[in-house]
Amino acid sequence: MRILTTTIAIAVGLLVLLGYFFPQASVFQLILLDWAILFSGVAAWVGIFNLVMVHADKVRRNAKDSVYSAILILGLLVTFTFGLILKPQHPYMQAFILNGIIIPVEAALLGVLTVTLLYAAIRLLRRRSDVMAIVFIFTAAIIFLGSVTLPLGDIPILGTLIRPWVSQIWALGGARGILIGVALGALTTGLRALFGVDRPYGGA
Amino acid sequence: MSELFILFLAAILLGGITVWKRRFPASLREIPAFQRLSRALGLSIEDGKRLHISLGSGNLFDARGGSALAALALLQRIAERTSVSDMPSVASAGNPTLGLLTQDTIQSGYKTAGVEEAYVHTMGRITGLTPFSYAAGAMHIARNESVSTNIMIGHFGPEAGLITDLADRADIPVVGASDDLAGQSVLFTSTQEPLIGEELFAAGAYLNSDPIHAASLTVQDIFRWLIILFLLAGAAAKFLGVI
Repeated sequence: MRILTTTIAIAVGLLVLLGYFFPQASVFQLILLDWAILFSGVAAWVGIFNLVMVHADKVRRNAKDSVYSAILILGLLVTFTFGLILKPQHPYMQAFILNGIIIPVEAALLGVLTVTLLYAAIRLLRRRSDVMAIVFIFTAAIIFLGSVTLPLGDIPILGTLIRPWVSQIWALGGARGILIGVALGALTTGLRALFGVDRPYGGA
Repeated sequence: MSELFILFLAAILLGGITVWKRRFPASLREIPAFQRLSRALGLSIEDGKRLHISLGSGNLFDARGGSALAALALLQRIAERTSVSDMPSVASAGNPTLGLLTQDTIQSGYKTAGVEEAYVHTMGRITGLTPFSYAAGAMHIARNESVSTNIMIGHFGPEAGLITDLADRADIPVVGASDDLAGQSVLFTSTQEPLIGEELFAAGAYLNSDPIHAASLTVQDIFRWLIILFLLAGAAAKFLGVI
């Protein structure tokens, strides 16, 4: 079974990869990617089922904070039922579920995140008082002060000269360096999967 | 066709260096985050607590698939090592395909360890389909399921800050790595030992004695030096007016 799944994964991986370089293979690439999209839809169903199972189990065991699990299942059932009856594009669905609950909750989480990040930055020096932490805080302070809008305009030199120099030369260069490193890591990880060394499939 | 050449070169180098590493095993430089991770693996069995491995919301069908695959490779090692624990590790994912593979990978780890019957499908969970809903679900696990260490490896954006903040308040150590720049900066400020850039992809080499993982690091280093040389040569050529 393991050999079969590995052979299928390597063959599919190679065909999809070759489709990017040779037009003859792009036909197979498109078919395989269509299948992958279908499987992804099925995976979403399985994922939702898994989510319900986990939280239903918590409610049944009366585990700690299981009230949140009950709210999650209830919310899921209500959204699913009304979504089936009214269809997702219905004005009531948009007004109550999307604009009334989902977007405000995500916006609230974003607001909490802003405070959390500020708090994390303040605590950074207590957590790690090394050179990199000091450079990080110092750079963040320069960018903030350089970006702030005062009644009289930008802070001279800091806003017009230092901030652009830091963000467009140093920060951009560093970001590109990190992204090149990430791309190289992804390349070798992908090759290991193509060689069949890393096999995140075929557990059964 | 230059991409195809790079791919071939990388594949040949990876194969050749793997053979070389089989004969002459390499020693890796110390990365504190991986030392903490190894310690956490041992301690989770001893102190009767579980590990929570957050794999982020990486999608296998786009550029973020690399970090998802690296996270799954790490998850398999962790599942193998912690399968004998009374409190089995729990993994969470924010993408349905990644979630399915998470379950399959944990099962595979249990099978390798010879305890497949101990596997329960709820060890791998999909906690949400958007970054923030995923973070909210992952926070719920870290808070309520007796977690000793939170390992965050994969694709995380700024929402990683919510998970690390909760871990901080619950006194849970975090080992974090993301392929996203915003996620990396958040993890840098909020974890004890952050992993920067391509260090995310080195996890396999540090937890696995398989020579191909060490060879992957060498291939990355070779390509990195080649890119540096090309950049310097390009800058010099531009400076001299050749190009």
